[in-house]
Amino acid sequence: MIVRISSEGQYRLADSDAAGVEELRGKALEIVDSGNEDGFADAFAALLDYVRTHGELLGDDELEGSDVILPPADFSFEEAGREFTGEGLIPD
Amino acid sequence: MAGLTGRMSTVVKAKVSKLLDRAEDPAETLDYSYQKQVEQLQNVKKGIADVVTAKKRLQMQETTLQQSVVKLDTQARQAVSAGQEDLARQALERKNVAQTELQGLDTQVSELEAQQQKLTDSEQKLRAKIEAFRTKKEVIKAQYSAAEAQVKISEAATGVGEQMADVGLAMQRAVDKTENMKARADAVSELEAAGTFDDITALGSGEDDIDRQLKALSSTSAVDDDLAKMKAEIGAGAGDGGAAPAAGEIAAAPSEPAPAEAAPTPPVEGGQS
Repeated sequence: MIVRISSEGQYRLADSDAAGVEELRGKALEIVDSGNEDGFADAFAALLDYVRTHGELLGDDELEGSDVILPPADFSFEEAGREFTGEGLIPD
Repeated sequence: MAGLTGRMSTVVKAKVSKLLDRAEDPAETLDYSYQKQVEQLQNVKKGIADVVTAKKRLQMQETTLQQSVVKLDTQARQAVSAGQEDLARQALERKNVAQTELQGLDTQVSELEAQQQKLTDSEQKLRAKIEAFRTKKEVIKAQYSAAEAQVKISEAATGVGEQMADVGLAMQRAVDKTENMKARADAVSELEAAGTFDDITALGSGEDDIDRQLKALSSTSAVDDDLAKMKAEIGAGAGDGGAAPAAGEIAAAPSEPAPAEAAPTPPVEGGQS
């Protein structure tokens, strides 16, 4: 499975790691939903670290779509609470 | 809540599939995609240039404010020496505002610096992906049947498309930050235009509107502390008893070098406000 960390790159993880990613993602989301910032930074960092340590960074010449896209490492709690607006650089 | 990951994936996939629906003929889709990718790369470059411009503007303001801080500090010292406490207080209030603004600008400049670095990294990565796409598209055109090509194009375009969406996100965050900073820079400019950091001796002696606003803006206790410290330093040097020198805080006296073991003068009652 391919996981992208925004502003960082894509990682190739074993399919068996999916559960681990899902669990940590669930924890981070729970904190966001609670509206209480305590523990968010740690939970989010743990999620990204899991991807980095279990995954292998994809080369720049590999063109693959990601199964999961995670926000950038400096993503703030406030940003997590807001939804991304869709205006990116992909031409409509 | 979809914010943390779901929506990002959805937006990216929607955009990529929109891109692929554009043309019927796979070869045409490939060329069109590539052409669009190169165009977007130019936009990224423009975005980086905007961040650099915003950063430069803030840095210029920082320099101006630093000069104002030095100037106002000197003026406050002169005013204390001349026994003009009101004038000294005015200068210190202005200095206080300038320093607060400086701290804010400093943080923002570092943030912009980080954004710029990130955008530059993303741009390089995007450039590499586009180059890989260019190579791949020629292979696809040459080797695959129309049906197979459609699948291959989809894979390749998704890879590049995601990278673009990623750069797009980074750009958007940078633009948002830049907007906030523009607001801050504008506020500083307004203070400047209002004469906040001007030479206080050039102003009339009476308290004007600027002074009243400044008093509200600057922290009174910080100004009081500064003033007391200055009076202690200058009072110690002048030795006219106009201010209470604080023991251990006696600065090098400009006019009358005090003997190292000189006992500090006992504080004069009411000498410090």
